[in-house]
Amino acid sequence: MSDEILSFDEAMAKYDPVLGFEVHVELNTKTKMFDDAPNAFGDEPNTNITPVSLGLPGVLPKVNGTAVESAIKLGLALGCDIAPVSHFARKNYFYPDTPKNFQTSQYDEPIAENGSVDIELEDGTQFTVEIERAHMEEDAGKLSHKGGAGRIQGAEYSLVDYNRSGVPLIEIVTRPIRGAGERAPELAKAYVKAIREIVKNLGISDARMERGNVRCDANVSLSPKGSETLGTRTETKNVNSMRAVERAVRYEICRHAAVLDAGEQIVQETRHWHEDTRETTSGRPKSDADDYRYFPEPDLVPVVTNAEWIERLRAELPEPPAERRRRLQADWGYSDEEFRDVVNAGVMTEIEETIAAGASASVARKWWMGEISRLAKVREIDPGDLGASPETVVELDGLIQEGKINDKIARQVLEHVVDGEGTPGEVVEKRGLAVVSDEGELSSAVDDALASMPDVAEKIRGGKVQAAGAVVGQVMKATRGQADAARVRELILEKLGVEG
Amino acid sequence: MTAITRDQVAHLAALAHIEMDETELESMSSELDGIVGAVQSVSAAPIDDVPPTSHPLPLSNAFREDVVGETLTNDEALNNAPDAEDGQFKVPAILDED
Amino acid sequence: MTTNQNALITLSASEAAEGLRNGDFTSEQLTQAHLDRIETTEGTAVDAEDRSLGKTGLNAFLHVNAEQALDDARQVDADRAAGKQLPPLAGVPIAVKDLIVTTGQPTTAASRMLEGWMSPYDATVVQKIREARLPILGKTNLDEFAMGSSTEHSAFGCTRNPWDLDRIPGGSGGGSAAAVSAFQAPLALGTDTGGSIRQPASVTGSVGVKPTYGSVSRYGVIAMASSLDQVGPVTRTVRDAAALHEVIGGYDARDSTSINEPAGPYLAEAEKGATEGGLKGLKIGVVKELTGDGFQSGVSQRFQESLELLRAAGAEIVEVSTPHFDHALGAYYLIMASEVSSNLAKYDGVRFGLRKLPEEGPVTIERVMSATRAAGFGPEAKRRIILGTYALSAGYYDAYYGSAQKVRTLVQRDFTNAFEQVDVLVSPTSPTTAFKLGEKTDDPVSMYLNDIATIPTNLAGVPAISVPAGLAPENGLPVGVQFMAPVKEDARLYRVGAGLEAALQQQWGGGLLDQLPDTESLIAARTQGSAK
Repeated sequence: MSDEILSFDEAMAKYDPVLGFEVHVELNTKTKMFDDAPNAFGDEPNTNITPVSLGLPGVLPKVNGTAVESAIKLGLALGCDIAPVSHFARKNYFYPDTPKNFQTSQYDEPIAENGSVDIELEDGTQFTVEIERAHMEEDAGKLSHKGGAGRIQGAEYSLVDYNRSGVPLIEIVTRPIRGAGERAPELAKAYVKAIREIVKNLGISDARMERGNVRCDANVSLSPKGSETLGTRTETKNVNSMRAVERAVRYEICRHAAVLDAGEQIVQETRHWHEDTRETTSGRPKSDADDYRYFPEPDLVPVVTNAEWIERLRAELPEPPAERRRRLQADWGYSDEEFRDVVNAGVMTEIEETIAAGASASVARKWWMGEISRLAKVREIDPGDLGASPETVVELDGLIQEGKINDKIARQVLEHVVDGEGTPGEVVEKRGLAVVSDEGELSSAVDDALASMPDVAEKIRGGKVQAAGAVVGQVMKATRGQADAARVRELILEKLGVEG
Repeated sequence: MTAITRDQVAHLAALAHIEMDETELESMSSELDGIVGAVQSVSAAPIDDVPPTSHPLPLSNAFREDVVGETLTNDEALNNAPDAEDGQFKVPAILDED
Repeated sequence: MTTNQNALITLSASEAAEGLRNGDFTSEQLTQAHLDRIETTEGTAVDAEDRSLGKTGLNAFLHVNAEQALDDARQVDADRAAGKQLPPLAGVPIAVKDLIVTTGQPTTAASRMLEGWMSPYDATVVQKIREARLPILGKTNLDEFAMGSSTEHSAFGCTRNPWDLDRIPGGSGGGSAAAVSAFQAPLALGTDTGGSIRQPASVTGSVGVKPTYGSVSRYGVIAMASSLDQVGPVTRTVRDAAALHEVIGGYDARDSTSINEPAGPYLAEAEKGATEGGLKGLKIGVVKELTGDGFQSGVSQRFQESLELLRAAGAEIVEVSTPHFDHALGAYYLIMASEVSSNLAKYDGVRFGLRKLPEEGPVTIERVMSATRAAGFGPEAKRRIILGTYALSAGYYDAYYGSAQKVRTLVQRDFTNAFEQVDVLVSPTSPTTAFKLGEKTDDPVSMYLNDIATIPTNLAGVPAISVPAGLAPENGLPVGVQFMAPVKEDARLYRVGAGLEAALQQQWGGGLLDQLPDTESLIAARTQGSAK
């Protein structure tokens, strides 16, 4: 069977996609789910571990109370019912990144069930995704494959780092999502974005996809157009950016359609997304090895909730994102279109913080939607991850207001700031990027320019004030853009005795 | 009574990651058959409408404060490892070559 | 009766502690006396190249920790000489079942899987005995991962019963029971999942207690079946068991199943029970389902005599019925094996312990794990892992594991009903006296039946004690009587156990172990016998 794919339009003409997502969110607790090793990213391998994280003989797990509260908060934010009694269970399977060769998870009694998330697509279309459950579990360690191409296939051996083993996870599982039609890939992206926004807003996860804080497994199946019959589904793993989720879903839809069109069967299997080739490849088929033999974790006792506890946590919940958006748009006075652009660019929180740091709503928007977004796009990262802080924007704007730099220089300063050269003030200082404000120097530059273009000077004297632009250009060129253009224009007119 | 077959034992041994040769598979299936015969009366007990018990005591909510404790050093972690490299546990290839 | 009578080793722990306090001898002398006894009774390796063949003598110890024990003893002596305040049992040595992890000496669980493994941490109970200043003599033998009723499933050779070296010392804690009954150690720690403390105590003439589930920390105790395992004392007197229970009991934040209440007092209850009329007003229920058919005649006879003594001591004896105990054995084996199959998954040759490469074919991690587990686990461990895998697998869960959990509820209800009628329950600890080595190794089911009287308490989490009740007339081997109490009422066990012990000892004119044959002579005779 080939990996031929059908075009998306052809696929959509014949089939209705049904989606489903399992999103894993790593919590930002200080310690792991079941032991007091640090939950930290990027440390030396096998240093954030205790005997418990290594699953040494004799150890016992102990639940992180903060992680449970995070799970309840997330459940509440997703509109779920919080279980009065919920149990941990063991999911048994052998894999070297799993120290006990079982994952402690939840099975038939998860902490939260039956919720929904309202999703807004980029054009403002609303969609409701139903949540089946959210449950607590632990992350696995990290494998790196050596030899071959560093991939699991063909590797000579692998190294295991258990720092991540036991990091608290919440897995959010949707019910099957039907009716998205051709918007399915877009919906996939918007769903992950919404979950990311919710957990970030709750403060329970750093939600950095590039670090694997939010990971998505996307289930795709196709039904013949108009039919209720569910097709065989595949589960695509390792989809770790919002863009990738959209692409992977689109790819799988096209691939399924081609397989079905050829009269063949979809194999129920796990597939892996490859960002480089933008394809999925076959993982292992579902088999007997998926008999996980779940049973109640005997080393842990149930989590029992009560109304008082749940209501206390509910009271701690921040404003829900949708309400917050309505409030912010009204406060900032942005048009619907402007605000949607801001939301889609993912810079709403940044703008909010920039305004809080002292910038006006329009200045904040100008920067975050303008130069910062442009630079982020060039560098293929999210604007929020570029390294421009609200304080950077406020300081840049202040420098412009004071006349120390102009817009053009400010854009250069920003680039140096995000490259880590310091604050805007420091960059201006170090690189000598300030506007030339020495009147003597400016004056002689204007004299030189006028002398070099006598015919233009004559035109201006004759009343064609707009011709001054050419002289300004000449002066700016001579000062390598560091002159204040408005002041240069004033000087030209002054020298030629013309009213501006 | 369901007899435990050699193939069933082979499947269970694969799930449990225990290599077994033919002799072992045969002897294990007859032993297991005897044991299962002795224990399967549980399903004949009067258990309709009886809730399951997984913990001997009705304890709940045993939580830990989210405070970092003592960790193992990298040396302590790898001290008992059958094989290690660069501060990590070294394991043979995960997949077969093909 | 010569070498068994060394003055220091025959002292109970309480007497030894008294002697230390009075300055009659030092902890170093006391510890050395026990190390000497270990030296003369352990025997020598049958084959220096092959540990699996065990030793010519008791083989109760897998590791003897002589130097560290003597260092600790000397430190206690120094502190005592300096007038420091010391805990009550300070300086009295103890042996620890090799299922409990210890720093500074190996922990093997009697498995090839863990041979040479050094734990980087101490179990909570080990921390507690260190804080109580008990020098650790070493680690005692057991059935591999505590799975068995005879210690024959140890990867390092069976332990022998000091009453008859060709018989089993019980299991899984045969090493601890043999060590205590043969005066190698005054105290030992055991673990009890289905009787592993009580049955060995019963067949060796020692005292063993399985505390209430959750009353002694399991942190650092290598898990066999997490919802059933419990650590407890192995001693020669009820009073010593109570004293040791006070040392090891209590809440541990590292164990989620730990009861957040202080342990004890138990010692005071033991003293109360041993005094004249100490059992007055106590109502004892004889478990109908755990008497009669299937119990060896000498066991039944000593049991009935014990009931008479209890009655004479002021207790009221009635019969109670626990109708669902008939299903308990099946439920126990399914639940235990299910948990075993998961708890033993971590032994895979990746992070610690044995790694074995496949003999042929590609070396993938999958195949290394399977080869490691094939080589590292003995037959009984494999049987239970496979049984548990079966009981939990898709299509069988409801019929096996699921049903077993429901039977567990019924067994708990039986106890609840019984304890509405009586204060404690009583039964023989084991249906038979010690059987011969090798007698049941080929018949797992008959081996399992040996646990019939001890497993209901593990299913329900209730505490139980086994107290020596004399020797069976037909073979002169020890018989044990088991008392069971409601959850968290361990104190009642010490009261009734001490009451029976006092009555019996009055009859015997001393402890049952005073009648133990001279161990060194037995070993010598056996060695000569096999040399012929």
